[in-house]
Amino acid sequence: MAVCIAVIAKENYPLYIRSVPTQNELKFHYTVHTSLDVVEEKISSVGKSMGDQRELYLGLLYPTEDYKVYGYVTNSKVKFVIVVDSSNTSLRDNEIRSMFRKLHNSFTDVMCNPFHNPGDHIQSKAFDGIVSGMMVQTG
Amino acid sequence: MDQESGAASAGSFISLNEHEQRYFSGLHSLCQADTSGKLSSSKVAELFKVSQLPPESLHKVTEVCGAKRLGYFGTPQFYVALKLLAAAQSGLPIRLESVTANLPLPRFVGLKNEPDMRYSSSIPPSIEAQGAPCGPASGAVTWTPAADRSTFRHLEANVDKKEQWSPPRSPCSSPPRSPLTYRSYPYAKQRNGVDAQIAYESKHSSRPMVQLEQHSSPSNYGTKPTAEHPAMARASSAERLDHQGVVDYTDDDPWRITEEQLEYYTNQFKSLQPDLGALILGAVAKNFFTKSKLPIPELSHIWELSDVDRDGALTFSEFCTAFHLIVARKNGYPLPETLPPTLRPGFMQPAEDIPNIAESAEPLIVFEDTQLRHSQVDRSVVERHQPSLPTIKQELTEESSQQDVGVKRGVTCQEKQTLQLGPFPERPEPPQELDPQMRMKTRPRSYSSTSFEDAMKKAEEPPTPPPRPQKTHSRASSLDLNKLFQQGAPGVKSGWLPPPPALPPRPPASQVPHFINVSEKTPQNKVQQPNFADFTHFREEEESSVKPEEQGPRSRFGPSTEDLTNTSKQDITAASHGQVPQKPIRRKYHPESQNLETPPPSAMPFPTPAKTSQKLLSRQKREIQMAIRKNKETNAVLTRLNSELQQQLKVVHQERVTLESQLELLRPLAST
Repeated sequence: MAVCIAVIAKENYPLYIRSVPTQNELKFHYTVHTSLDVVEEKISSVGKSMGDQRELYLGLLYPTEDYKVYGYVTNSKVKFVIVVDSSNTSLRDNEIRSMFRKLHNSFTDVMCNPFHNPGDHIQSKAFDGIVSGMMVQTG
Repeated sequence: MDQESGAASAGSFISLNEHEQRYFSGLHSLCQADTSGKLSSSKVAELFKVSQLPPESLHKVTEVCGAKRLGYFGTPQFYVALKLLAAAQSGLPIRLESVTANLPLPRFVGLKNEPDMRYSSSIPPSIEAQGAPCGPASGAVTWTPAADRSTFRHLEANVDKKEQWSPPRSPCSSPPRSPLTYRSYPYAKQRNGVDAQIAYESKHSSRPMVQLEQHSSPSNYGTKPTAEHPAMARASSAERLDHQGVVDYTDDDPWRITEEQLEYYTNQFKSLQPDLGALILGAVAKNFFTKSKLPIPELSHIWELSDVDRDGALTFSEFCTAFHLIVARKNGYPLPETLPPTLRPGFMQPAEDIPNIAESAEPLIVFEDTQLRHSQVDRSVVERHQPSLPTIKQELTEESSQQDVGVKRGVTCQEKQTLQLGPFPERPEPPQELDPQMRMKTRPRSYSSTSFEDAMKKAEEPPTPPPRPQKTHSRASSLDLNKLFQQGAPGVKSGWLPPPPALPPRPPASQVPHFINVSEKTPQNKVQQPNFADFTHFREEEESSVKPEEQGPRSRFGPSTEDLTNTSKQDITAASHGQVPQKPIRRKYHPESQNLETPPPSAMPFPTPAKTSQKLLSRQKREIQMAIRKNKETNAVLTRLNSELQQQLKVVHQERVTLESQLELLRPLAST
């Protein structure tokens, strides 16, 4: 269960960012922003081999004491970032992967919508639904 | 409560579905004079009179429902009476047994504060102008939520009701008329062949119709069905309504597509895409739906709802769904969060099992048959169509031939077709990179998924072959321009390109000096070309892996590189004829691309079989990028050629002018 989910465009501006509302959202925005550096570093390191063997799932980007940040990059350099609570130890790598996969599928659906211009903020209810399903359900 | 007591009093079971309950309770409250639970008999009598049944049947109804016995109309009696009225109006005998049948709701003409009249079944009408339905306005008084839902249905059924409304209704019609006209604008477009238009015209001033007409012409929103159309539509709708009975009118009422609407949608679909079984591409649909002037987020939401198989294109049923949602929205209905079951494509194609539709499947016999036919056609053609999508040229020609709408549409379609190919190779990639099993789980698709996945799998192979077998001559001289266009990227994997043909004299033959120049240069060009190829080969060799087939020729030309580079450089500096510098440059690109393409095939044996699929996809992508680059280069080359030819043309013109002036000067001398 994620605490914050963000979709960042190729030009490194956010297309969609959503966090658990109870907490300070600015903190998450900052976390996501700093994680972009790590993402860039990871994708540039595999740049030698034309980037096609690069796996989309980047794994744990960096852990802070409160949170763990996971990253995922698509082939069109759109980045997904998931922030989860560190205390949530039951969350396994496979689950994170599946979350990213669902996000990616949902994102593809949004892109397929001809009324959505790439680069716009994502305003799809279906996408919102998927993201809500992944967020921590706090009362 | 009502049912049991009704049963007790009437001696039989009656069951009311929710519509009947609502309707009857509405009527009940209408007739209620006091709070005693007894209904005011005068009001009841009025109601009965309004049902337009002969008095003896009314008496019979009163008798049968038990009120006569009781001396008053209690709630159960009233309900039984209403059912009996419905039975009588549908022609069934007034007996208690007929109460148990599935009946349409009873019709009451000219009731004030009447709940929605939507359940009146239609009589094939005479086309006389009747009072405009005040139903929405007055119905709203007592039935606000129902009216909101049913205004849509109202607009549909209002023509049916017209003849039942007595003319005195007309005065109250003017206030609701304006929102009605506004709302029914797209509706009137559907029904303009139907009596609605005639009725509207006769009832109202022509002003609203003028508005509608004005709306219709710029919006280009559809064809006007002919006069035969409404008769057919009416008959079919009447038939359908009779079949459906009460079960049709569930809460999803506004979301049900009627026959007339379906015909209209079919016409619209045909205007975009003549083949009913084919898909409308996303961009085409976008342009079309944008004309409806709905805000983009809503259109986006409608798209999300209606594109069930998530392929970025609309099948016929998806198109109908989307259109229907748009019409509903224009009429003021809020968009649903999820697709109502009646609008799901499974509804129109009951061959697929979508469990929710089961109960509504039976009554819509007529409707389903037509849809079944469509659906079968849809599915078979879609499956046939989708695998053919990846074939570039065939699709372009097919689409352009199908699109008789206009050049613009054809161009759009072609563009979109090529664009469709853009996302197409990308689309197989993300699901390919996922575990295919996981993909099945996480991406629940509808029935069309199988065909789409097949198409996707097939899509992987076709994009690969086209770049590969294309062998081009490296020179885009006037002879080879056609070949260049046809073949696109010179993905020559077979290795060494054949030596280019002799350069034909580009300038006209009158320019002798140029010609000599050209012929001098051609052998040098020939040698240069391979030289440049070598040169780049040498360069590329550092970065790329083994290219065994190019080793041989390279070694042959190796020693002569230095000489030829000098000469080529001189050529470049000295050439007034612009083509020479072009050719080597152009030649350079091709082996470059050739080199770039050889690494992938040479790299092919290296990766493990598990990654071959990824390799394939990456190779496709690269090839496509190659092709794009080639095309850009050829474009640049051709523009340069063009400018140079223009200059030559000017020069030639000047020469001609001078020659002619000389001739003029000489002519008087010659004549004398």
